[in-house]
Amino acid sequence: MTTLNSRIPEGPIKDKWTLYKDHIDLVNPANKRNIDIIVVGTGLAGGSAAATLAELGYNVKAFAYQDSPRRAHSIAAQGGINAAKNYMGDGDSNYRLFYDTVKGGDYRSREANVHRLAEVSGAIIDQCVAQGVPFARDYGGLLDNRSFGGVLVSRTFYAKGQTGQQLLLGCYSAMNRQIARGKIEMFNRHEMLDVVKIDGKARGIIARDLITGEIERHSAHAVVIATGGYGNVYFLSTNAMGSNATAAWKIHKKGAYFANPCFTQIHPTCIPRSGDYQSKLTLMSESLRNDGRIWVPKKIEDAKAIQQGNLKPTAIVEEDRDYFLERRYPAYGNLVPRDVASRAAKERCDAGHGVNATGEAVYLDFAAAINRYGSTKAKISGNQNPSKEEIITLGEAVIEEKYGNLFQMYEKIIDENPYKTPMMIYPATHYTMGGVWVDYNLMTTVPGLYCIGEANFSDHGANRLGASALMQGLADGYFVLPYTIGDYLADDIRTGKIPTDSPEFDEVEKSVKDQLDFFINNEGTHSVDYFHKKLGLVMWNKVGMARNEKGLKEAIKEIQDIRKDFWKNVKVPGDLNEMNPELEKAGRVADFLELGELFAKDALEREESCGGHFREEHITEDGEAKRDDKNFAYVAAWEYTGKPSEAILHKEELEFKDIELKTRSYK
Amino acid sequence: MNLTLKIWRQKGPQDKGQMVEYKVTDISEHMSFLEMMDVLNESLVAKDEVPIAFDHDCREGICGMCSLHINGEPHGPDRGITTCQLHMRTFKDGDTIYIEPWRAKAFPVIKDLVVDRMAFERIQQAGGYISVNTSGNTQDANAIPISKYNADLSMDAAACIGCGACVASCKNSSAMLFVAAKVSQFALLPQGKVEAKDRVLNMVAQMDLEGFGNCTNTGACEVECPKSISLENIARMNREYLKASII
Repeated sequence: MTTLNSRIPEGPIKDKWTLYKDHIDLVNPANKRNIDIIVVGTGLAGGSAAATLAELGYNVKAFAYQDSPRRAHSIAAQGGINAAKNYMGDGDSNYRLFYDTVKGGDYRSREANVHRLAEVSGAIIDQCVAQGVPFARDYGGLLDNRSFGGVLVSRTFYAKGQTGQQLLLGCYSAMNRQIARGKIEMFNRHEMLDVVKIDGKARGIIARDLITGEIERHSAHAVVIATGGYGNVYFLSTNAMGSNATAAWKIHKKGAYFANPCFTQIHPTCIPRSGDYQSKLTLMSESLRNDGRIWVPKKIEDAKAIQQGNLKPTAIVEEDRDYFLERRYPAYGNLVPRDVASRAAKERCDAGHGVNATGEAVYLDFAAAINRYGSTKAKISGNQNPSKEEIITLGEAVIEEKYGNLFQMYEKIIDENPYKTPMMIYPATHYTMGGVWVDYNLMTTVPGLYCIGEANFSDHGANRLGASALMQGLADGYFVLPYTIGDYLADDIRTGKIPTDSPEFDEVEKSVKDQLDFFINNEGTHSVDYFHKKLGLVMWNKVGMARNEKGLKEAIKEIQDIRKDFWKNVKVPGDLNEMNPELEKAGRVADFLELGELFAKDALEREESCGGHFREEHITEDGEAKRDDKNFAYVAAWEYTGKPSEAILHKEELEFKDIELKTRSYK
Repeated sequence: MNLTLKIWRQKGPQDKGQMVEYKVTDISEHMSFLEMMDVLNESLVAKDEVPIAFDHDCREGICGMCSLHINGEPHGPDRGITTCQLHMRTFKDGDTIYIEPWRAKAFPVIKDLVVDRMAFERIQQAGGYISVNTSGNTQDANAIPISKYNADLSMDAAACIGCGACVASCKNSSAMLFVAAKVSQFALLPQGKVEAKDRVLNMVAQMDLEGFGNCTNTGACEVECPKSISLENIARMNREYLKASII
């Protein structure tokens, strides 16, 4: 078994990144003009990387499947972005952010990467403010912060419930500045379908123009994959409809190892599903847990009555409510990390205390916060004896200011007023911590092929803390990759333009075209979605919030069967040379059908419970996750050898020199 | 519920389009509008017909991709939402629903209900940014206090999702609300003041070049905007434009 070289620099953890930057090779400005870089994906990671690389002088080609970079799914991130600014003076520091992230990730992330992330977090906020990102401010004009799950400080910066949108528009504006200057060539409505390697190095991609259907060749000296996570392997998730793993999976098949696929985040606060026609799930920001209290009825007969529509939650008295997070985890209460909150909700629902027609929902109640805010507001405005109604009106106004857009979104979907009736929420797939394996430089196991943002595996271990995804995306794109990629490209200054008429390009293009031809010509019986839904159901039931050996083995078999059926019976209408959304989906689902199997295999192999990966065989006496540091403190990096079932496991042992491995307790 | 749908079908940019009638049955009132479209498309695939192309992605009202003109209104009859947030409970059993793409010279149809919104991209590229490099070596984020009032107004303007409903709703196909939202976001912040003059002149010039009409203050854009971007932004942009033109 090979040991992976993570290329972590020497020196104390505090100085690694600084020392590293002091000693890497640089490319001089004149030479940068002769170097091309392809960036696939234009969310926070890809967008920030494309803009920064172009500013540095490289020629960037950026690709997005949507009609504009501004539509990447980073835009949907609601709650906020973490940074160790310590503006609140509540004891925050780079070290504490580093510590919280490693602990929150259940000790399955790489210390050096996480420390670097914490170090650059402050600069992200400075940068975004300079770009005109309208973060929330307090009355003195300074930036406001709020608190997120799994931490004891307030370090989350936010722009209403649209933080991801505002950060993405910030990076989009930086991109636009470079597009206008001709330094970024933007390819909207294009999808990367494979990577081209020449002499072992990544040298280009094959992409499809989604309007004309034309297959295009694009060459570069380095390729950056920033295409997000693979949550849509579950069919239903909070990802966008188009979010897919094709770029990541295709590079995996070309030699990039895929790490920890079983580390997936199930987010506790999503709007519950309502029927079979459901196409996606909607997240309600974690920030709501700052003010909302999560509960289910204590009495099973109350739960039953609610499920049947015979009882209203507001009619249940305080003593008959079970605030199960506050009860089980008094120290963190409703702000325990996501994996813990999700499992606790599932446990209550499985025990029969769920609160909607399906029995798969718990309440998120704002009544206490509305009262508290209302009373304070009344006092501030000099009203010494406010009536109950006055308090509620004032309190609702405060809640509206903080979470107005989320409440509106909820009301539109569920058709109930969450100011008056508690929200119903249930866990849903949201984020994937696993992804393409990268070293400290964010380079994959293929030279010249980089992977950043959610698409890589590096910073969040087995569980990501709230408001850390935006931080990682922008850190990778603005402040990490632009340095590390230069170190690699310094050897490429004499290479010159890479031609696209080589046999390597011919070969990859042919395989891409062959697959597309197959889909169009196959005389199948079922639509792409039919197979995707089947896969999603297997993933959710057997590789979801709780997993066990028997279920995982069944899942592997079932996924193989669905895959076989797919390649025989999939039906794709329309033509190759036109806009054809069904054809786009077919390619993506084909990749999910392989990734899903590796996912289950990884989950089967990891005989421990940690973070988002919960194995029913490995629990403590009080039902909490039981980690096994002796045998599993490693990154599982899988090498593709032809079939997911034959993937070879490589282990990167994780060393914890600066943080002591402890049982993660939020009690 | 059972519905009759009259939907615009157009094979490609150069082809002639037409309204085609479809029937859908057993539609649940809890479905979103696009889920209803999914159901229709699945049935078309089953019948070996080409499904209807429409833009959509996040399905939670923020990416700005979805763009349907439903019964004569961008994003349908409800207010403050995108098409993907519209639910079937808004309609009644037996209704006939007309579904068309955005109609504007600057937004040519690509296929069926999908339009080309590159004009918006070019307007943003003309000046929708602050010229600061992403080095991270700027001053501390709290170095310049910004009044909460202005920061909030800036945020309200920045909430624009670039969907194009303002253009689609306007009898002049004007993009003023879209452009004004960006101009306002920056004009309200000290960081944006440095380039305010060039920004407003360049963005407006590009807007005119793209073939969008002018504003005659009918206010339809504000009504149909899924993010309820205020007309005040247009007034602010006009002030900025005037200021930039005479000084």
